[in-house]
Amino acid sequence: MKFLVATILTALLSLIAGIFIPLWWFFAIVALLVALLIHQRSGKAFFAGFLGLFILWLALVVWMDGSNDGVLSVKIASLLPLGGSKAALIFVTALIAGLIAGFAALSGSYLRSSNTKK
Amino acid sequence: MPLGKFLSPQFGIWQNAEQSDNDFSCDFKVEGLNGKAEVILDERLVPHIFADDDGDASFVQGYLHAKFRLWQMEFQTHAAAGRVSEIIGEKALSYDRTKRRLGMVFAAENMLKAVEANPNTKKIIDAYTAGVNAYIRSLKESQLPIEYKLLNYKPEPWTNLKSALFIKQMTETLAGAADDLPFTNAKSFFSDEELKVLFPQVPDSLSPIVPKGTVFPTPSIIPKKPADADSVYLGKKDTTQNQLVDLYQPDANNGSNNWAVAGSKTKSGAPILCNDPHLELSFPSIWYEMQITTSTMNAYGVSFPGIPGIVIGFNDSVAFGFTNSQRDVRDYYEIKFRDDSRQQYWFDSAWKDAAMRPETIKIKGKANYIDTIAYTVFGPVMYDKSFPADTISFKEKNLAVRWSAHDPSNELLMWYYLDRAKNFDDYHNAIQYFTCPSQNMVFASKRGEIAIWQQGRMPALWDRQGLYVMPGHDSDYMWQGYIPMEENPHVVNPVSGYVSSANQRPADSAYPYFIPGKYDLYRGYAINHRLDSLQQITPRDMMNLHNENYNSFAQMMRPVLFKYLDESKLSAEEKKMADLVRNWNLKNDFDEKGATIYQSWFDSLEVLVWKDGLSKVRNFFPSERTLVEALLRDSAFRYIDDINTPEKETIYDVVTLALKRATPELLDEDKNDRLAWGKHKNTTIYHLLRTSAMPFARASLHIGGGQHIVNATQHSHGPSWKMIVHLTDKIEAYGVYPGGQSGNPGSKYYDSFVDHWAAGKYYEIWFMHTGDKLDKKAKWKMTFDKI
Repeated sequence: MKFLVATILTALLSLIAGIFIPLWWFFAIVALLVALLIHQRSGKAFFAGFLGLFILWLALVVWMDGSNDGVLSVKIASLLPLGGSKAALIFVTALIAGLIAGFAALSGSYLRSSNTKK
Repeated sequence: MPLGKFLSPQFGIWQNAEQSDNDFSCDFKVEGLNGKAEVILDERLVPHIFADDDGDASFVQGYLHAKFRLWQMEFQTHAAAGRVSEIIGEKALSYDRTKRRLGMVFAAENMLKAVEANPNTKKIIDAYTAGVNAYIRSLKESQLPIEYKLLNYKPEPWTNLKSALFIKQMTETLAGAADDLPFTNAKSFFSDEELKVLFPQVPDSLSPIVPKGTVFPTPSIIPKKPADADSVYLGKKDTTQNQLVDLYQPDANNGSNNWAVAGSKTKSGAPILCNDPHLELSFPSIWYEMQITTSTMNAYGVSFPGIPGIVIGFNDSVAFGFTNSQRDVRDYYEIKFRDDSRQQYWFDSAWKDAAMRPETIKIKGKANYIDTIAYTVFGPVMYDKSFPADTISFKEKNLAVRWSAHDPSNELLMWYYLDRAKNFDDYHNAIQYFTCPSQNMVFASKRGEIAIWQQGRMPALWDRQGLYVMPGHDSDYMWQGYIPMEENPHVVNPVSGYVSSANQRPADSAYPYFIPGKYDLYRGYAINHRLDSLQQITPRDMMNLHNENYNSFAQMMRPVLFKYLDESKLSAEEKKMADLVRNWNLKNDFDEKGATIYQSWFDSLEVLVWKDGLSKVRNFFPSERTLVEALLRDSAFRYIDDINTPEKETIYDVVTLALKRATPELLDEDKNDRLAWGKHKNTTIYHLLRTSAMPFARASLHIGGGQHIVNATQHSHGPSWKMIVHLTDKIEAYGVYPGGQSGNPGSKYYDSFVDHWAAGKYYEIWFMHTGDKLDKKAKWKMTFDKI
């Protein structure tokens, strides 16, 4: 339950933050704060952060690519070393956000653990 | 830009993935408007601006240019100003220094003074700049054009100077070519008399803009050749063996076709005007199609993102178009400085102060580079010790450049009047304001007038003046005056019923001024030949002429090749190549193998004829037509013999050997299925970032044509806008360009016209009137209102 709440909260708050705060990496702060607020073991915290952003970016990008008829993604996937595969581009996009958020949440979890121990 | 930001759906490139059903309608409240403006966007995303006030229309034009083309506007004007190092780092420093030293910013500043001194153009350009900036200010970082994200920088505010820089960039493209340095190198090996033969001023098969046989009035200016010109300038055989090279010369293929046919030759009885400017084909396109309607004008055509107004187009009464004049308006003078400080130079027997202009070049990731340039009475000293023209032996030469583009001028004023012209008199009045790059300005009106005028401010030169670097210590060598407009080559309402130009020499040798230039020959010949014979012309005939792939150059040269080909010396494969040329229909259509073989054969012949004698001179090759005409005239042309062999080669030997030499590569191409002409030339539209952004390019386009052909489509160069205007009561017009209205590679409007263009098709232009706003072609509406 905690895991699910943390995942959804990370995704939702990151989406909202992205609309109002002009800092692309602000979702890392969100993931960290959520991990502080909803304490889980480090592994679970990482995956909640990872999954929250992986799914958020995946969903956003799949939707954006769909409404763009894939005009841009194919070009970017050729510009980057992805062999012109837009699926690879979409996966890489989501993976990057997932990893950043995962590690941020991991930091949050450690921070909370070290605080509680004191 | 970090990869995470680059790929962020909310900040990175995904924001540039425009929805395929994007709604472009919106209502803006903006500062800087006098009243209201409305924009109707049609299904091709062509905007039709409606505003009462000229300034408001210009504001909206600036806003739209920025909305759809911001990155290219800024990039091209950065390039013009020598500021590329700011974006891509030190590798662009030599490019930037070339621009600064040519005086590009100096030229733009001089132009801007004239533009801002005129109330009409001042109002237009101020409003345009305000419009561009209104868009830039409204832009969130996430909405930046994708190129900014790729190169990781941000746009700066637009200025009036940037519009002037854009015009100077076009000016350099069209009037920046100069052969002075290679010609000067050649003087070490050839006499002026020999060079006259290798580079004749008037080709035999010239079909000029002003028909042969025209009687020209006595010139009002007779420039005086300096007393010592024969001995110190023309006659002197330079023994220094210079290796001077001009950096970044414009593409020699920049050119265009235009023509107008009078009602006497058309089916409808109304004139038809056509134009297709040939430029480097690029994404985003250099052109942006639009219509502007205000209380003083209603003009449709293409505009340059970067400047206000309609550049090539038509209005309710007239149509107009341009080709480049190709005239040489850039000369060099050798300067003697007093010492290394370069602050004084020897001029008319005294030391004269040079104006020192420091240019600060910012370099990404490095300290600024300051280039201080000495300005003389001629212009900037482009090449000196710190920036040598001779990068082989580094023999020091200080070369000042005299270039028409440095002179104050207000080219925008011409378009101001032309967009509003009603008849020939208005056109005649408008074009006087155009200084540089001089153009062949074609005109037609609903009244039935047709005209063409080679207009610009061009120096009156004495014979052979400016072909070589001139002495810079003697004012007698300076330009002495300018040819008056009425003496520039022109044709008005001729009995032939048509006027045309295609970058050829404007007149034959009867023209009383010396007019060197980089002229074309064959396109003009083909167009005039066709227009002579056509009657009852319709727009469809004009489309066919635009798309004509007939090769007049090959028509003249092929008989020479076969006259002298010794077939007994050919292998079976070489014979096959020869047969493909013999049976070729002389059209450079996509599938024609003969066209590829002919061109390779000719190229190989050129090398055999010229290489041995001319190889000592850098960048020095007579034009193709010179070889054709020399061989037509004289089978014993002296350069045929290879001076490096003891035997005396004949024309039979070289023509045959040329085919033999060309064959292996042709066989290889045939094996790889690349021998068909269209596959061989592989027409490609590159993005402005060239090969570093290939996914933004369109390659392997299915289109024929080529150099010297009316359809001048080459590898990455060709008709950048094709327009046909039939001046009937209700104007009937067609247009197409190889690009799309949006500069965003993530928009479906980025390349939406390309396939239509390649197929030789046109869009029927919707020339809107105020009453048409409810038409179903009106797809989106933008409104602009003052706050």
